[in-house]
Amino acid sequence: MATRLQFENNCEVGVFSKLTNKYCLVAIGGSESFYSVFESELAGVIPVVKTSITGTRIVGRMCAGNKNGLLLPHTTTDQELQHIRNCLPDEVVVQRVEERLSALGNCVACNDHVALTHPDLDRETEELIADVLGVEVFRQTIAGNILVGSYCVFSNRGGLVHPHTSIEDLDELSTLLQVPLVAGTVNRGSEVIAGGMTVNDWTAFCGSDTTATELSVIESVFKLREAQPTAIVDEMRRSLIDTYV
Amino acid sequence: MYNLVQHSQDYIRRSPFHTCFSIHYLPIIKPSSLHRLLRFLSPILLPSPFHKTLTLVSAMALNPSDQASTGMFFPTQTPGTVLCCTCGVVMAPNPANMCVKCLRSRVDITEGLPRQAVVNFCPDCSSYLQPPNKWLRFNLDSQELLHFLVKRLHTRFSRLVTLTHAEFMFTEPHSKRIKIRLRVRREVMNGAILEQPHIVEFVVHDKLCLSCSRLQANPDQWVAAVQLRQHVPHRRTFLFLEQLILRHGAATRAVRIADAPHGLDFFFASRSHAIRFVDFVNSVAPVQYRTDKQLVSHDPKSNVYNYKHTFSVEISPICREDLICLPPKVAHSLGNLGPLVICTKVSNSIVLMDPFTLRVAYLNATQYWSDPFRPLLSSRQLVEYSILDIEPESDIVTVGGSRYQLAYVQVARMSDFSNVFTVKTHLGHLLNVGDNALGYDLFGANPNDMEMDKYKGLVLPDCVLMKKSYEEARARRSGKQRNFKLKRLDIEVEPTGGRKGEDDKRNDEYQKFIEDLEENPELRFNISLYKNDNYEPSEMGSSMADAEEIPSVPVEELVADLEGLDIGDGQDQE
Repeated sequence: MATRLQFENNCEVGVFSKLTNKYCLVAIGGSESFYSVFESELAGVIPVVKTSITGTRIVGRMCAGNKNGLLLPHTTTDQELQHIRNCLPDEVVVQRVEERLSALGNCVACNDHVALTHPDLDRETEELIADVLGVEVFRQTIAGNILVGSYCVFSNRGGLVHPHTSIEDLDELSTLLQVPLVAGTVNRGSEVIAGGMTVNDWTAFCGSDTTATELSVIESVFKLREAQPTAIVDEMRRSLIDTYV
Repeated sequence: MYNLVQHSQDYIRRSPFHTCFSIHYLPIIKPSSLHRLLRFLSPILLPSPFHKTLTLVSAMALNPSDQASTGMFFPTQTPGTVLCCTCGVVMAPNPANMCVKCLRSRVDITEGLPRQAVVNFCPDCSSYLQPPNKWLRFNLDSQELLHFLVKRLHTRFSRLVTLTHAEFMFTEPHSKRIKIRLRVRREVMNGAILEQPHIVEFVVHDKLCLSCSRLQANPDQWVAAVQLRQHVPHRRTFLFLEQLILRHGAATRAVRIADAPHGLDFFFASRSHAIRFVDFVNSVAPVQYRTDKQLVSHDPKSNVYNYKHTFSVEISPICREDLICLPPKVAHSLGNLGPLVICTKVSNSIVLMDPFTLRVAYLNATQYWSDPFRPLLSSRQLVEYSILDIEPESDIVTVGGSRYQLAYVQVARMSDFSNVFTVKTHLGHLLNVGDNALGYDLFGANPNDMEMDKYKGLVLPDCVLMKKSYEEARARRSGKQRNFKLKRLDIEVEPTGGRKGEDDKRNDEYQKFIEDLEENPELRFNISLYKNDNYEPSEMGSSMADAEEIPSVPVEELVADLEGLDIGDGQDQE
C-alpha cells in the first residue's frame, strides 16, 4: 500500500529515507511523526534505522542498497558506519565506496537483481556494486538524464521512470530490468521520481503532494494492491496503464 | 528560449534527443553535451486557433539534418504518454506534467493585467493624447493607432507577461470604445509556457486639445504679428512679394493676412512662425525690423507669461527702375559712383547702376539702412518718349547679369514733339528708330532733393531712358488673354468706404505688374506661373508681327495648375 507523508513539510520523501526489502534507513532530526509512519508500516518486519550520512539528512540520496548489501559514500563517518552495521541484519553487507560521485543514491538505481548506474561511474565501483549488491550492472541514461538514481525507481515487481522517456527507451529498459515500467510523475507533476518516493516489494511511501492519479499509477505498477478485489484493479488498469512489457 | 511553435501533429514525427548505451558496446557521451542538447526541450502550451482553448505543442530539439551531420546513429524516438497528475487523462509529457485544462484552471496568466483603459481623443483634430501633453493624429483602425494603444498598456503588463500578437476587434464607430485582442505569454510552474488571448477595452473620452480649445475660444487670436511696410506710393513690391510668398509657402502658418496702408499685416499663432516669416522676408528684400512684445497675461504661481509679439518690418523704399541721386557720402563709399543712378534689381541687396558709365554697385540691407536715402523719381513718373535717332557708342556688354549697350539717342516726348533732346542711354541694344521708350523727364521735372543740393556744379541730363515701351502693341492686342495666370494670397481687405479711386488704381498696378513679369525673365525666376486653361492660342490668328513685338512668357516656364483638378478618392476621371 502506498502511504503519503511529509518530512518537515517537504514532500521529497525519497531524499530523506531509503527503503529496501530487508531494512529501512530514515534521516534524523525530523519530527517523530515521520519516523512513526515508517514504524507503523514496517515495525517488526524490517528494522527502521535512524541515521545520518556524512552528517547530512539526505540519506536516501547518499547511499544505494538492496537486500544483499548497502553502499555508503567515502565521506561517511566511522560512527555512522558502525551504527548502521550494528542496526542492520548480518546478511546485509555494509561497504564504504571510494568514488568521486559520492551521492550514490543519485547515481545508482537498483533492485535485488539489476542495477542501473550513472554512465561515468568508475570501473572499480561498478565491480563493487556487482559484488556487494549481487546485481547485474548496466550503465544507462533515463530520458537523456545521466542521474539514473534520481529519475527512476524500481523494485522487484515494477518500476516508474521520468515522464519524458520515449517508448523505445521504455521498451529497452524493461528488457534490461525484466520488470514492467511506466513513465509517470510524483508529487503533483514532479519529474524527480526517486526524490519524491521510496518503494520496496510490498509498500511505498510518497510525498503528500502526490495526486490520486499518481498514487494509483504507483500502486498498479509496483503491484501494491494485492489486497484489492481484482475487478477494480482490472478496470483501472485499462484506463491507467498504457505500456506493459 | 521559446523556440519554434508547431502544430501538434508535427510533434509525432520528431522526438527529444536520447541516447541509450549499455555496458557492452559504444563509448559514453559526455554529460556536458547532453545537457546542452537537452536545453531545447521546453514544451509549449499554445492556443488552438479554432477552439480558443489551449492545446499542447512541443518545441523542437535537434532537427534531423543536424543529427545526420554529426554522423552518429540516432534511433527513432517516439514520445511516450503520461497521465495528467490532476485529472488522469492521457497526455504527452510537458514540464508541468499536467494537462492543459488542469493547468489553465490553476493558473490564469492574465491575472493582474488591465482590462480597461482610458484614452483621450480630440474630436476637432481627431488626435489622441499621449500624456502629458502631446497630441498625435491617427485614423481609426490603423496600425499606428494599434501601436499607440499597445504602448500605452505596455508599462503595466511588461513585467508580468510578454506580448505575442495584437489586433483590433470590431466595435461600433460611435460607441466610443476600442477593443483590442492581445496574445500574452508567460512561464508558469516548471518552465511550461502558457499563451492566452486577452481582451482590453479602451474607453475613449472626448477632450479638446489645447490648440483646438484656443481656436474655439477666439478664432482670430494671434500671438505674433508681422507688419510689413514700405513707404512708397505704389504697391508693386507687395504684388511681387505676394508671388514670392506663395511660391515658397512662407505664409502657410499665418492665421490671418490683412491689408494695411503702405503694407501688409501677417498674424501668426506662435512667435517662432513669425520669426521664420521675418527671416524669409529678410532673405528676399532689404529690410530692417524691430520687435516688441506686450504682456497679455501672467500666472504668478507658475511664472508663466503670455505675450503678444509684434515685428515691425520696413522694406527699403528703393524699387526697380527708380532714379536715385546718391548722397555724397554714399557715392564716395561706393567709389564715387555718379550721383545719378538707377536701381536695376532689388533682392536682399540693392543693385545700383550708373546708366552713363554702366558701372554697377551693390548695397546690402545693413549698408543701406545705415545711411538710408530715398529715390528721386519712381516709376509712376515715367514719361513716354519717341526715339528719333540712335547711334551706338560701345558694344553690347554684360553688366551684373544683364546686357546693355551705351548709345546716343535723340528723343522727344510723345506729348511734346517740339523739344528734342540728345541724351546718352544704356538701352542701345533694345531701341530702334521709331520705337517708344519710357524714361524720366529731368528737363521738365522739379527735383526737390536735399542731397542734390549738396552737389556743387551737378549737371543733370535732360532725360534718362528706363525701358522700352510696348503700349501701342498692347493696345492693339487688348482683350486677348494671356497664356498664364497667377495665384493670389487670401488677403483681408478693409472695406474702402469713400475711396472709390482706390480699386481702379489697384487694378492698374496689377496690370502693370503682370506686364513687368512678361517683359523681364529674371523677375519670373522665383515665381510660379500657372498655365491658363482658358487660353486658346488658336484665336490669336492675327498678324504674327504682334506676337513678335509683345514679350510673352514661353510655355516651358509655365507650371500646371494642380488645384484645378478634381481628384477624389477612388473616383474615375472621365
